[in-house]
Amino acid sequence: MDLTLTTSEQAFRDEIRGWLEQNNPGAAPVAGDDAEFEFRRGWQKTMHEAGFAGLSWPEEYGGRGASMIEQSIFNQELALSRAPMPANVLGLVMGGPVVIAHGDTEQKERYLEPILSGEEIWCQGFSEPDSGSDLASLKTRAVKSNGGWRITGQKVWTTYAHEAKWCMLLARTDPESPKHRGITYFIFDMEADGVEVRPLRQITGEAEFNEIFFEDAYVPDENVVGEVGGGWQVAITTLMFERAGLGAAAAISVSNSLDDLIALIRERGLAEDPMVRDRVARLKMGVEALRLGGMRTLTRTMKAGIPGPEGSLGKWEWASVNQELGELAMDVLGPAAAVDGEEWTYRFLRSRANSIEGGTTEVLKNIVAERVLGLPKLR
Amino acid sequence: MNFDLNDEQRAIKDTARELLASRFKLDKVRELAESGSYDDAIWKEIGGLGWAGIAVPEEHGGQGLGIVELMLLCEEVGYACAPLPLFSSAAAGLVIASAGSDEQRERWLPELSSGQVTAGIPATAPEDDSVMIDADGAAVLAFDRGEGPRLAEPSEVEISGLDLIDRTRRYSQLSGEGGQEIPGEIDWALAAITIAFAGELTGLAQRAMEMAVEYARDREQFGRPIGAYQGVSHACAKMLYDVEEARSLTYYAAWCADAQPESLPLAASMAKARASEAAWDVAAASLQVHGGIAFTWEHDLQFFLKRARVSSGLYGTPRRHRNRVADIAGLGSLEPATA
Repeated sequence: MDLTLTTSEQAFRDEIRGWLEQNNPGAAPVAGDDAEFEFRRGWQKTMHEAGFAGLSWPEEYGGRGASMIEQSIFNQELALSRAPMPANVLGLVMGGPVVIAHGDTEQKERYLEPILSGEEIWCQGFSEPDSGSDLASLKTRAVKSNGGWRITGQKVWTTYAHEAKWCMLLARTDPESPKHRGITYFIFDMEADGVEVRPLRQITGEAEFNEIFFEDAYVPDENVVGEVGGGWQVAITTLMFERAGLGAAAAISVSNSLDDLIALIRERGLAEDPMVRDRVARLKMGVEALRLGGMRTLTRTMKAGIPGPEGSLGKWEWASVNQELGELAMDVLGPAAAVDGEEWTYRFLRSRANSIEGGTTEVLKNIVAERVLGLPKLR
Repeated sequence: MNFDLNDEQRAIKDTARELLASRFKLDKVRELAESGSYDDAIWKEIGGLGWAGIAVPEEHGGQGLGIVELMLLCEEVGYACAPLPLFSSAAAGLVIASAGSDEQRERWLPELSSGQVTAGIPATAPEDDSVMIDADGAAVLAFDRGEGPRLAEPSEVEISGLDLIDRTRRYSQLSGEGGQEIPGEIDWALAAITIAFAGELTGLAQRAMEMAVEYARDREQFGRPIGAYQGVSHACAKMLYDVEEARSLTYYAAWCADAQPESLPLAASMAKARASEAAWDVAAASLQVHGGIAFTWEHDLQFFLKRARVSSGLYGTPRRHRNRVADIAGLGSLEPATA
C-alpha cells in the first residue's frame, strides 16, 4: 500500500500541472449556448496539439499510450485547475475506445483522428422514452435496405445531438431474437435525411439534452460496429468506459464544490453553527471516501484489466454526496437560494439528475446486490 | 500509487482470519461473553505470536511493522468478535514505545510485545468517566485522569468492574492517581490507537453484513429467497456502501500514521467517525434483514450489534470526531459543549 505517486507519476503530474498553468483557458462563457461549445472545441484543439487528447489511447491511433493512472492524474489535474471539459467528451471517453476495441481497420482510420481534434463531435443514442433503465427493451428499428439499414424510432437524453456529426446508435435489427441479441451498434451520420433533433428543456431551464426522431433514415453497412446483432456487448463496453473514465474527475469536482461551499458558509457567518458543521463534516468524509474509493477501484482495475461491478458504488456515492452538497448550499443561502439564475441554485437543481443519469441509484443497488454480494436475481 | 495491501499485509490478514475463526467459533464467543471472561490458553497462543507488538520497534522486542498491519489485525479481531486483550496490549505498547521513558520501555515493551503480560488502557476522555478496557487481570495500566498520561501497576490504583451491554470485552473504571508520568508526547499514539479501533469497527461491520447476506440468500418467504426482494437486497447493498467507505477511510488513515503524518489528525477523525457509524448502521440493518430470529438471545448477531454500539462511543464519539473534521476542513475550531 503506497498512496504517494512514483517518481515517474510525479514527473508526469508536474508536466501536466506546468502545461495547465500556461494553457488553462479558465471558465467558459455562460453555460448551455453555442459560444460555450465553440470555446470548449477550441480548448480541445489546444489539448490535442499538445498531445493530451485521448491520452490513454494507443500511440498508433493518435494517443499517448498512457497508463490508467496517468489518465486519472490528468483528469484530476484538469478538475483541480477547474479547466473546462473538452468539447468532444463522449467521443473521447466512449466512441473512440469502442472503435478501438470493436471497430475494423477502415473505421479506425476514418473516425479516430477527428474525435481527437474535436472536428467531429459524437453523441450517444441509447435511451428511449420507454427504455430507460431497461435499455435492452429498446424499440428503434433498423430494417435492411440497399447495402445498409433504414432507421425509424426515437431516442432521448442525447447530449450534444445538435452539435454532433456522429451518433453511437443502438437499434433493433432482429425483432425475433431475444431482446439482448437483436440489437446492433451503428455509427450514424447526424447529417443524414430523416433525422430531427429537438432540444429537451430541463428543470434548470437550459437544454443540455435532446430528443432525436428517426424517420426511415439511412445508414450504410460499413457503419456497423462489431457484428450485426452483437450491439449489446459493444454498448456494455461503452458504459463501462463511461463509468471508469469520468469517475476520478467527478470526485475532484465535488471536492472543489465543497471548498466553495465552505467559503460560502464562512462568508455567511455560519461556521460555528453545530448543525451546519455536522453536515459539512459528513460531506468532507463522503468526498474523501469517494476519492479514496476511486483510488482503490483504479488499483483493482489495473490488476484485472477491466473495471469491475464495484465501480457502481462510486457512481452511487458521487450522486448522493453531490445532492447533499446542493441541499446544504440551499439551506445556507436561506431565502436567497430561491433566486433564479443563482449559481448554487443551478448546481442544486442540476444535482437532482445525478442519481438518474448514467445508471439510476436503484439499478446500481441491484448491480451491487447481485454481482458483488451474490444475492439472487429478482427476475 | 497503489491502494491495495502488499503480499505480506495480505498474508497477515489471511492468517489472522483463519486462526481467529478456528479459535473463536461463535459458540466460544458466546461461552466467553456469558461468563464475562477471556480464555487464557488462547491468549497464550495468540499473544505468543507477537501480535500485540506488531507495530512496536524491534529494538523493544516488537516486530517493527506499522499501523496498517496492526489495524488489519484489529479488523480481524472485530470480524471474529473475539474476546481477546489484543487491542489494549497493542495500544499500551504504542503509547509506551512512542512516549514512555527508557525505563518504562525496558520494563514493559518486551513482555507486552510477546504477550507474556497484558495492559489496560482508557477508552474515553477523563471527563467522560474514564472507562478502561481490559484493566482487570492486566500487569500494567495506562490512564489519564486529567493530569496527563500515567502508567501504574494494578496495586497502585483502584479498579471497579463495569457491566456494559457488550460482554465480549472487559470494561472497568479506574480511580486514584498512582504510578508514574509518561513523559513524552502522546498525540501520534492516540491517533494510531483510534485508527486501529476503527479497524475493529470495520471488521464488525463486515461480519454483520456477511451474516445478513447469507441469511438473505437462504431464508425463503412467499416462495423465494428474501434477498431477491429489493427491500432486502437494497438494504444489503447499502451495507456494502457503508463498509467500503469505512474501509477506505480507515486504511487511508492507517497509511497516514505510517507515512504521511501531516494528514493524520483529519484522517484519524474521519476514519473513526465513519467506521463507528458504519458498524452500528450495518449491525442494525442486519438485525432487520434477519427479522425476529436475530432479536432472540440465542442468535449470535447480538454480540456484534452490542460490541458495535459500545465501541462506536469509545475513543471519541462520532459527533466529536465530526466536529474536528469540520474544524480541519476549514470551519475553524469550536469546542463541543459535551461528549
